[in-house]
Amino acid sequence: MKGYLRKDGRKGIRNVVLVTYLVECAHHVARAIVADCHRDDVQLIGFPGCYPNDYALKIMEGLCTHPNVAGVLIVSLGCEGFNREQLANTVEASGRSIETLVIQKNGGTRKTIEAGLASVKKMCEDASHAEIVPMDISELVVGTICGGSDGTSGIGANPAVGMCFDKLIANDAVCMFEETGELIGCEQIMAERAITPELGEEIIKSVEKAEVYYTRMGYGSFAPGNAEGGLSTQEEKSMGAYAKSGSSKIHGLIKPGDIPAQGGLYLMDVVPDGDPMFGFPNIVDSAEIVEMIASGCHITLFTTGRGSVVGSAISPVIKVCANPETYDNLSDDMDINAGKVIKGEATVEQVGNEIYDLVLEVAQGKQSKSESLGHQEFVLTYKKFDAIGPSCLPTVR
Amino acid sequence: MINKHFVLLNKEDNVFVCCKELLSGCSITLEGIDVTMSADITVGHKIARKQITKGEKILKYGVSIGSATQDIIFGEHVHLHNMKSDYIASHTRQSKVGENE
Repeated sequence: MKGYLRKDGRKGIRNVVLVTYLVECAHHVARAIVADCHRDDVQLIGFPGCYPNDYALKIMEGLCTHPNVAGVLIVSLGCEGFNREQLANTVEASGRSIETLVIQKNGGTRKTIEAGLASVKKMCEDASHAEIVPMDISELVVGTICGGSDGTSGIGANPAVGMCFDKLIANDAVCMFEETGELIGCEQIMAERAITPELGEEIIKSVEKAEVYYTRMGYGSFAPGNAEGGLSTQEEKSMGAYAKSGSSKIHGLIKPGDIPAQGGLYLMDVVPDGDPMFGFPNIVDSAEIVEMIASGCHITLFTTGRGSVVGSAISPVIKVCANPETYDNLSDDMDINAGKVIKGEATVEQVGNEIYDLVLEVAQGKQSKSESLGHQEFVLTYKKFDAIGPSCLPTVR
Repeated sequence: MINKHFVLLNKEDNVFVCCKELLSGCSITLEGIDVTMSADITVGHKIARKQITKGEKILKYGVSIGSATQDIIFGEHVHLHNMKSDYIASHTRQSKVGENE
């Protein structure tokens, strides 16, 4: 396996130039720059709000210094609250190409688009000279999420991803799973898998926090499509979702943007701390994918039953479809047919091995289905988090 | 897998999961007992493996996934209309279901 070596020592599997807007008012200019480039590896991300938010800054820093990223063009209107100087400094310190264009200082829309195009062209040229070096499986970071789950998700796709995770972790890769709101009911069994009792207590607290938060919001992490697909309750969905984590010990509890320092299985706590203040913990799957990428994920394994089609900016998304009827219907969008399990045509282990092999192929440059279709969804909103406690990342093994 | 329409995920379970659609009125033999479907059962949905009384836990994957809100007969569709979460209400596009009174 080979990777793109960044000046901070991290290794990427893609070589992307990002254009990021820091407020909705700069969105059009940033989008026009990306559209005029006509390149899949020039990608658009951004943050819509005018008020500053520490979480959004942390996530944006994590994304703009992601190992798949070679350079970043920041597009600011000029008067918004986002700390563009800190973001630019962080990217510069990482050794990546960086330029900031402020629309109000740059003569407006047309001139900023022209300047942005020139800047991105130069960054793409620099990116094409990125050093390519050997990369080990242990240097991979892989996340998993489920979306559009149904009654088949927990039978075929999720346990197969769990098998793949076990295999990656045996090779000392970092794997992460998330959405504590979809682990309600699994907190005790998860705590038993923690490498220390103190970490186990933190995991239980994180799920209890999710339950309180979702109850205040008035809805669980449960969509109408889940019910149409045969899932009746939050805990039924949780038990299926939980199977994505495999059978490894849980090595740590992280929050969005925290980057694990060594291989193992990590649970990401995506539910904000304190009183609910900005609405739903995650408004849509894409917001969770973005958080895992900010924590370093090179690849996201996305399991689905109803049939989600989304991909992501920065890191490829691999679709694992649990429902054989959905697979037949949406096969152009699905990378792996885990529906074979419920039909009795393959074992969970066979599908798990298939996913593992595809992870390595995608890491070596093969495009996933959503990637080749041009899916580059991106969502980043307001949140508030406290730093993780000292028990969350035990140093003992 | 017990036949081409249903799987049993754990021997403790009191529900089967549908892996191939079976329409209302169709008959099937489940663990030696004949039963006629009283509703369309599509992939991913559950039917009762035995008589389940109101308040009893629904077991899938060998663990509780909620409680019965009414008596459920053998072979009956088990879903939002006759079970609820022990944690937090579910919802459809039209309404919330299983809210704790």
